[in-house]
Amino acid sequence: MAESKGPLVVEAQVFFKAPLSRPAPGSAGKTGTWRTQKPVVDLDKCTGCLLCWLYCPEDTVIRLDNGKVGIDYEYCKGCGICATSCPFDAIKMVPEG
Amino acid sequence: MPVMTLTGNYAVAHAVRLARVKVIAAYPITPQTTIVEKLSEMVEKGELDARMIRVESEHSALAAAYGAAAAGARAFTATASHGLLYMHEVVWWAAGSRIPLVMAVVTRAIGPPWNIHVDHQDIMDQRDSGWIIAMAQENQEVLDLTLQAFRISEDPRVYLPVMVGLDGFILSHTRAPVDVPEQEEVDAWLPPRRQPYVIAPESNLVMGNIAPDEEHYMMRYSMAVAMEAAKKVIEEVDREFEKHFGRSYGGLIDCYRCEGADYYVVLMGSWAGDAKTATDRLWEQGYRVGVARIRFLRPWPRERLLEIASGAKGVIVFDRAVSMGSVGPLFMEVAQTLYPVSVSLRGVIAGLAGVDVSADMFEEEIKRFIHDVEEVGVVYDPARWLIPEPYKGKYPVYPQEVVR
Repeated sequence: MAESKGPLVVEAQVFFKAPLSRPAPGSAGKTGTWRTQKPVVDLDKCTGCLLCWLYCPEDTVIRLDNGKVGIDYEYCKGCGICATSCPFDAIKMVPEG
Repeated sequence: MPVMTLTGNYAVAHAVRLARVKVIAAYPITPQTTIVEKLSEMVEKGELDARMIRVESEHSALAAAYGAAAAGARAFTATASHGLLYMHEVVWWAAGSRIPLVMAVVTRAIGPPWNIHVDHQDIMDQRDSGWIIAMAQENQEVLDLTLQAFRISEDPRVYLPVMVGLDGFILSHTRAPVDVPEQEEVDAWLPPRRQPYVIAPESNLVMGNIAPDEEHYMMRYSMAVAMEAAKKVIEEVDREFEKHFGRSYGGLIDCYRCEGADYYVVLMGSWAGDAKTATDRLWEQGYRVGVARIRFLRPWPRERLLEIASGAKGVIVFDRAVSMGSVGPLFMEVAQTLYPVSVSLRGVIAGLAGVDVSADMFEEEIKRFIHDVEEVGVVYDPARWLIPEPYKGKYPVYPQEVVR
């Protein structure tokens, strides 16, 4: 009935398996080794606007205690989106090795 | 309950209104457009409290409805033909993620050449996706089946999306008297929405991420289990619907004049009405012919059909679609189902692109089949192309394969 609100989520009553997972670090291994270039943050230029943190597709931009950002190099694949999205030119892509 | 004269498309819209759908995603395509047009009008007038999302393609239409459904809303969209083909990828996503959802498919031929008339090629193309696929015969059933679709889809034994098929123009644009239930009656019959999980900002769930192969395999297996369970749920829902609204359609298969029949016609959609007219005449002439109208293509009613056709002399299947290089898809299903019993089989490929098949033509074809069986013994004739006027007689009936 429209008025009586039952629970929305009800467990399936037959064998059920859905393609669900919860976010966890490193499900594809340490992807930092995939990089050919790495982002380097210039903390003097960084204003802490967090655009790079929003844009990073891999959640590897880290929020620092001082309000600015750092990079998790264990998992960063070096795609460069953070450098492109930074309005203050505070992230440079530097060749690895 | 007020009786209204409704097109099949408006019957869908009224069912969606009565189901209190919360989100509708719309992209126009003939002959579906008047469904979402009507729904848009209902939302505008305040008759339906739903969010209308206009999108840029059918791929997005289903993606939007699917997203809303995953977030916990009863959602709906509708499409046809090329639109359905364009959303084909999302068709698989919705089923694979086990999100209850209802979509109307107004069946229409696929180009080229461009054609807006009915055949079943579009809906047949979705067979393997994991959607429950139903087909109506007439406008009252369109409304009833759409209401039933929400209940089936949201049943915790099922949790699969449902397509409600109705034939383009024959049903979609033709008015007929339809008994439209009152809101309170539907509220008393259709439970509030249930679903296996909700994806919301706070739910911290990822859907569709890469999974080990064995997990993927087991997800497919779980869909097969749900399809099996759905057979029982569909029959139950049919009975429950009859208790409340006084109409029953026989669940998975609508069997017409099956009592004492020796021969059966298997088909789905609106032309079953013409086949029924033909069988009425055939009974008068002493032929004992029943019509097993497939209401649910998926889950395929194997057990029910086997029960109906065991002991029959012959089964003739009319396909309004063809799997190029093979036979009609409905024939394939019937043949695999009836493998354990010895029965003559013929598959007729007809009515493609809206080519009319009249009751007279059904009568002639069914009679021809019965005569062939009586003359030959066991007939196995998988793909008889019913060549239309003005080409009839100028091309061989291909392939001619009558096997003793």
